[in-house]
This record gives sequence, structure tokens and C-alpha cells, in this order.
Amino acid sequence: MKVLEDLKYAKGHEWVRVEGNKAYIGITDFAQDELGDIVYIELPEVGAHVEVDDIIGSIESVKAAADVYSPVSGEIVEVNEELETSPELVNEDPYDAWIAVVEMTDSGELDNLMDAEEYEKFCEEEA
Amino acid sequence: MKKTPLYDTHVALGGKIIDFGGWALPVQYSSILNEHHAVRNAAGLFDVSHMGEILIEGSGAQEFIQQMITNDISKMSPGRIVYSPMCYRNGGTVDDLLVYQLDTNRYLLVVNASNTQKDYEWLRDNCNTKDLAIKDVSADYGLIAIQGPASQKILQKLISIPLEEIRFFRFVDNVEVAGVKALISRTGYTGEDGFELYVSSDQTVKLWEEIMEAGANEGLVPAGLGARDTLRFEAALPLYGQELSPNISPLEAGLDRFVKLNKQDFIGKDALVEQSEEGLKRKLEGFEMIDRGMPRTGYKVQADGKDIGFVTSGGLAPTLKKNVGLALVRIQYSNLQDEFFIQVRGKSLKARVISTPFYLKQ
Repeated sequence: MKVLEDLKYAKGHEWVRVEGNKAYIGITDFAQDELGDIVYIELPEVGAHVEVDDIIGSIESVKAAADVYSPVSGEIVEVNEELETSPELVNEDPYDAWIAVVEMTDSGELDNLMDAEEYEKFCEEEA
Repeated sequence: MKKTPLYDTHVALGGKIIDFGGWALPVQYSSILNEHHAVRNAAGLFDVSHMGEILIEGSGAQEFIQQMITNDISKMSPGRIVYSPMCYRNGGTVDDLLVYQLDTNRYLLVVNASNTQKDYEWLRDNCNTKDLAIKDVSADYGLIAIQGPASQKILQKLISIPLEEIRFFRFVDNVEVAGVKALISRTGYTGEDGFELYVSSDQTVKLWEEIMEAGANEGLVPAGLGARDTLRFEAALPLYGQELSPNISPLEAGLDRFVKLNKQDFIGKDALVEQSEEGLKRKLEGFEMIDRGMPRTGYKVQADGKDIGFVTSGGLAPTLKKNVGLALVRIQYSNLQDEFFIQVRGKSLKARVISTPFYLKQ
């Protein structure tokens, strides 16, 4: 299982990459491996306001469906439309295949997320 | 969890083990989609040792089985196989199964793993003669399925009898396969050509390894339960618990050709005749999504603002690259091109009735 050092992680197996006030959100290597072949992704609408733990998308593999929850509050300012036609990119490179970008209203919320080391431990306990 | 003789083999191959109705079996080795495509284009090897086998032996065996199932086995002879639903008196389905005629008064019923005990008891409860022996022999057998267009070529390397002489739904017993004695039938659950090999449990691992080796240069891959499900789904083969259940009759599931209402009395006949004469109220149909979205088992189907049925199986058809499903819907919405809405995770998404099977081999 791959975990990147410079990302933040949520208990729902989402990762967050912070660029200024923007949070890029995707799902982790652990999550994509659990789901298996991903065949369908539903993206949120640009302009929507989200709170922490609001659903911002859903991911369906051949066998299962999973919601994606926002680890931060703010406004959806961008979505990765490429995933609509190529959902398998999430399997191939989960840390490159971001799902949405949230313009954060409270970057203090990032403190509630796990760092790489904590997330690795979290996954071990869940496995 | 119960383990098949191949459990350690699956683990060694990197299989992702899940609990499948109490059995520890691999859902996939590499990827469901890869395994699916391998079976459509070359071949896949499946461990289906969890399937149940019930032996029925004695004079009157044929008459007894005729009473229990909806299909007609009176024209059967040793070496032949018949597929049939087995019904309750109300027409609901106990199970769907294969009948292998081993000898004049000797039949092997191959049943769904999760139904083995239920079927065994149902058969015994309905048997009122002492001349018949009904035995659950599931534990004696390992069962390996090789499926896909390259199956015959691969298996032929290990067998001296000409496999092309085993026609669809026929079998030969006591065949030597790389030194292992097996019953080989031309059957499967994928919509492709292929064979199923019944062997004694303690020979299952050896047989698996021999076949894998023979198929190494022919594109043979081990395939798990995930691909087994997507393959059978594309071929619109029913899965008990989804397309068939105690609440779904084989007529509703569209299995008319396996229900012989003209044959002498059998359990469920009166109810099925009544359904047939009065006309079905609901029917299983295939559909494709018009709107973007993924239909799944259990999702509601609506039309004209009313609930009209539910999805029995749904998802991506990997060969067709389309999102399709099977749904049990009210009869007035079951015509080709009819449109209805699938309730997908809080959204109402449009779908259209299409013909099945979704995939038919060339």
C-alpha cells in the first residue's frame, strides 16, 4: 500500500493535497485496492458549497459502491472531468487522480486530518 | 469459514479471499475485469468446489426426480445433463440445478452451494420410498471449471480421448486427466465454451496445477468469483438468490423452456399452470441505462410515478462496456424498448428494456 508523505488523510480514505487555500481531494491507494476495478465515478457540481463529511461524489467498482466525503468545508471550484470517461485512472494512480478541488473556508479543519504515519497505522488497524 | 481443497492455492496465487455464503473463496486474483476478458478471449480457471453434489440412486430414481423438478428427464440417457429449476408447491423456486445421469438408476444433482443442505432436506422430505438412497456427497468432490474459447485446446493436452466428441451438456466419467480420474462435462456458467471437471477432493490441487501449466502459453488465468458473476450476468444466466428465489417462479424468471407443463405431475405444477393460464403479473427483463449511472441488485424500478419492480442484478457489462441490468418488473412494462426509471442512490435514472442475453458468444 502506497501512502504519500506530503498529503493529509481522512478516515473515509480520502487524501487532501493543499495548494494555498485550495484542497485537492482524491481517494487513497488503500481505498482503490479495496474497491477493485473502478468503472464509474460521479463528480460533484462546481459551485456547490460543502461542509466536512458531505458527500462530494461516488465511486463504483465492478462489485461495490462507495461515497466520497469532503474532508474540508468550502466551495467546489473544480472537478476532474477526465474521470467520467476514464475512471480506471483512480486505480492506476490514485494520488494523481484527484476528484475535486475545494476552496477552503477554514483551513484549521486540516488539523483534524491524519498525516501519512497516522494514516498508515489507521489502515493496519482496519485491515 | 469452510475451505475448498484449493484454499492454499488461492492464497499462494494472491487471491483476495472473501466470505461467500460461508465459503472462503477468492473474489479476484489480479482484477475482475482482466479475468473477465481473459475468459472471453482465451480461458480462465475457476474453483467451484463449493457447489453441492447430491447423489440419488435406486429403482424409481428417474420417477422421483421427475416429481421434484420442472424440466423433463424422461428422454435422458447416461452421459447427458439437464438443467432444471426445482419448485415449491406455490411455484416459488427451491433452487436451480444440473441433473447428471450417471447410470440407469443413478443421478447426480449439482446444486448451488448455499442451497445444498436445504435441497438435500427438501428431497428427503419428499421421498416416500425406501428403495431410493439420497446422499449429500459434496465433500467427496472437488470441482474445477475451465471456461473460454481456448479451453478445449488446453485440456486436450492432458487427455487422450477427443474432447470435441463431448458435446454441450454431455459428460464422460472416469477420464484420465494427467493421471487424475475425472468426470468431464461440457458445461459452465460464463456464456463461453468450456468444461467442468469433477474430481476426488484430494486430487483437486494436482488437477488445478496440471491445467494451469498446460494453459501457461494459451492465456489461461485463474479467475475468481467476481469474474464468474460478471460473466454469467452478461450471458443473462440466472443466479439463485437474485433472479430466482422462493418468491420468484421460473416462469417469471423467463425460464419457460425448462418448465415442462405438459409432463406428468411434479411439485409446483398446479401453481405454474395457473400462472401460465392467467398470465404472468411480472417478468424478468434486461435493460440498459440511458442516463449515466450504475444499477445494482435491489434498486427499485419506477414508472408513471409507481414502484413497478426491482433490479435483480446490475452493473457494468465489461465486454459490452455498457451499464445494464436484469429487473423483475410488472408485465405491462416488460416489452422491448419500454422505458422506466431505476432509483439509483437517491436519483431517478432512465433505462430501456433490451433483449437478453446481453452477450452471446460468436
